[in-house]
Parts: sequence; structure tokens; C-alpha cells
Amino acid sequence: MSRHCRICSAFLLGLISSAGCAAVSLEADLNLTPELLQQRQLQTRRFDTTDEQRILNTCAALLQDTGFNVDESDTRLGIITGSKKRDATDASQWALFIVGAFFGVSIPPDDNQIMKVCVTTRPVGESVKQVAVRVVFERIVYNMEQRISKIEALSDPKIYQSFFEKLSKAMFLDAHDI
Amino acid sequence: MISERLKKNLLVLISLLVLTGCATTHDRLLDMDTSQVQLRSFQSRAFDTTDKEKTMRAIIATLQDLGFMLDRADYTLGVVAASKSRADVLRAPGSLRVTVTVRPRGEKQLMVRANAEYQLQPVTEPKPYQNFFNSLEKAMFLEAHQVD
Repeated sequence: MSRHCRICSAFLLGLISSAGCAAVSLEADLNLTPELLQQRQLQTRRFDTTDEQRILNTCAALLQDTGFNVDESDTRLGIITGSKKRDATDASQWALFIVGAFFGVSIPPDDNQIMKVCVTTRPVGESVKQVAVRVVFERIVYNMEQRISKIEALSDPKIYQSFFEKLSKAMFLDAHDI
Repeated sequence: MISERLKKNLLVLISLLVLTGCATTHDRLLDMDTSQVQLRSFQSRAFDTTDKEKTMRAIIATLQDLGFMLDRADYTLGVVAASKSRADVLRAPGSLRVTVTVRPRGEKQLMVRANAEYQLQPVTEPKPYQNFFNSLEKAMFLEAHQVD
């Protein structure tokens, strides 16, 4: 067996074994787990206001400020979704690609990404009127061959903190943890 | 040299393949392979409320809690569509898409129907829908009634 053939078969085997286990499963992904509830805490803040409309307007402006294009919105239900396409090149992946090329292995580096955002608002609280704002960021990364290399939720707390900081500055209101 | 018999067999085989191609497109387009009545009962639940807005907001919150990204929402139609896709180096890409509709059922109830698609297949087992409605019940603070 030639060396090239061996690498190919190893790659194929890897593909077959990975195909058996998908990143999303029917059994696990429709159940509420403690991790998912933790995500909710990270992605949600409450604002002391009853003016949901104003929050939505401010969010729409904030999304524009951060370069997102609005894809879908429904003010009655309190949702705005947006997306943007950005560069995703990473120097370390290029280094790996060049090293790989010497050994005849192709590891295509990431090229571009679609970043998605979804903001939802909803009135909460019985006596104290507040509006909860939830934001979710996700990205789809394409490699040089324009194939999807990664789809992931962005869960770095810093991203969410800075989003809410910007939002409360724009609203002149304090954001409370839930 | 191909014998006459083999040629005939090949022709039959090819025409069979062509024919099945047509049939599967039809089947997939209208997905008529499972019992519609049974599927509808898996996918539907009735809630004792007439507040459409609150129900739709609860559906949106539940889908977000489950890690879905909202694709569409329309109050007038009563439709919420969301999807969850993940892919990484170690695992194959997975995608789950859900559409949930809300419509009045009688005078005092709302009917919530969800249908899902996983990878390239429609979801026809009851369990995933049960899990979804369990989560929705918690967000609605209401019991979901099975509908016949």
C-alpha cells in the first residue's frame, strides 16, 4: 500500500467514524439541560422599563453600529435577527496548512465566516415591570474550499458582557443579571 | 460483446432506476409515507389559553433555551421557525429544524403544532416532540393536552 493511499484510507475511516456521531442529536437537543439554562443566564439581562419598543429600537441601532444586517424582525413578538460576513483567516491554521503540504496532507485553513445574532425581548415580572433582553451569537465558518468547517454558538461571557454594556449605555439604564 | 439478454436486462434495470427516481421525489415532496393522523397527534398539543402573543413568546423562549437560532417569526400567521446546526472538527455536521404554529382551537384553547426535520429526514417518532412540549409546558406554566 502506498503512503498516499494509507493517508487517504485513514482519513476515510476518520470520516466514517465521525459520521456516526453528529454534533446535533434528536435525543439530546430537545431536552433542557442545566448547561442550556446556564447559557440563558449568560445571554439575558433585565432592564427596568416597560417600554419594550424602545429597547427593540435601541437593539436594532446597536446591531447596525456593530455591522450587522437585519434579516428578520417582528416587533409584536419582540425579535430581531441579523447577520454579517467577515474574514476568518487565522495565521496558525495557515502555518499548519503549509507544514501539512510538505507531508502531502491537505488541511484547508478557514477563510470566511457568517456571524449571526438574534435578539429577543419579553416583558417579565408581576409587580416590578421589567423587560428581559436575550441575545445569542453564532457563527458558521467556511474553509478555503468554501466548505463548512465549523458551526458554533459563541459562548465567551466577554462577548455578552460587552454587548449589554453597550446596550445599557445606549438606553441610559442599568442592566441587571437574572 | 454484450448478449441480447444482458442488453434487455440492463434496459429493464435502467428504466426501473429512472422510475424509482420519479417516485422518490414525489414521496419526499409530499412525505406521505407515515400516517398523517398519527403524526399530527404526535406533533400537536392544546393549551388552555387564548393569549396567542404570550404563547408565541413562550415558544420563542423555549426554542432559545434549547439553543435554537430563530429564522422566522410571524404573529399574524402564528408561525415560528428555528434551526440548530453545529459542526466541528471531530463530529459530523448536524442540523435540526423546527417550525411551530399556533392557531385557535375552539373558544378556549390554542393548538400548538411543531414539526421537525433532522439531517435529511422528517422526524416521525413521538419522543422528540414529547421532549419539546415538556420544555414548552414549563415556559407556559400550563399543561399541554394531548389531542386526538
